Amino acid sequence: MTTAPRLTLPAVTVGDRLPDLPYDVTATTVVLGALASRDWRPMHHDKDFAVDRNGVRDIFLNTPNQAAWFERYLTDWTGPRGRLGRMTFRMKGSVFPGDTMVFTGTVDEVVSDDTGCGWIGVDVTLSVGGDLKTSCHARLALPTTDDDNPWSRSGDRWTP
Amino acid sequence: MTDLSADIEALIGVEQYEEAGEFPVERGYVWSTCSAVENGNPLFWDDDVADALTGGPIAPPTMLSVWFRPHHWAPGRDRVALPLQIHFDLKEALGLPEAVMTENTIVFHDPVRPGDLLTTRQILRSVSPEKTTKLGTGRFWVIEVEYTNQAGALVGVESYTGFGYRRAGSEAGVAP
Repeated sequence: MTTAPRLTLPAVTVGDRLPDLPYDVTATTVVLGALASRDWRPMHHDKDFAVDRNGVRDIFLNTPNQAAWFERYLTDWTGPRGRLGRMTFRMKGSVFPGDTMVFTGTVDEVVSDDTGCGWIGVDVTLSVGGDLKTSCHARLALPTTDDDNPWSRSGDRWTP
Repeated sequence: MTDLSADIEALIGVEQYEEAGEFPVERGYVWSTCSAVENGNPLFWDDDVADALTGGPIAPPTMLSVWFRPHHWAPGRDRVALPLQIHFDLKEALGLPEAVMTENTIVFHDPVRPGDLLTTRQILRSVSPEKTTKLGTGRFWVIEVEYTNQAGALVGVESYTGFGYRRAGSEAGVAP
């Protein structure tokens, strides 16, 4: 079992950089992500529709699937005890097959709340060739000690 | 000052469009989603880890809205419910033919588990005065979508900021 904390709050400092994650996007990436998120709209699987009706060069990643990518990027780093509290994102441009998307992240907050829950804020970017496509800010709970488990919190003890 | 009509003012803060999901939360979509983004988090793949950390399997938190996207087809259905119906209501009521979503926030509460039957409600939180951006002239609005499970526990809240507008030079009330 791999339940030991990979990352605890005292090990994180404002300004820490997450490892970059590059990923080569294919049409399969886009279609798998759209169907897994039950998004049947044609611009996420039909290139002719995307080009003729949306005026873009190809099918493109849908928003709910990007949320899943951001979650994966963050929890790859925190391990399974990292628990998402809040995520805000802004879409600035589309991601197409043939693009290499790159995720980057920087810690911008490390705090404990009144209930003793440890929180970090992370600024995450998804860019292609240096152009920002989606910006995301996430708030995650991390274990404060090796024995702590943010998933055990609920009600008044969970204030995301 | 407010220049909104009374019927739109009256909708602010009101729960609307309560709807149950079309199917219970299930692990097939959890694995399809993890597979699509190569998410190897053992919480979703190793039941011993899920038992130890989350008291049994859960769905990835960011899948919240997945459980409410309607089937592409269903028998006897004559109209597809839109996940953000208030957004489309506002476009029509305000005569704003174009709209974009500018920001989306998701707040995660109790974990969503396989077998859960979720319910959603939409709440209009605010509508701005008329503003002009590079897209055109229109209004920003904030819509919240609340999700609860079969026990009534809050599992998440999504908040969308939309901007409904007319392109510069077009007339008010032009059909979409």
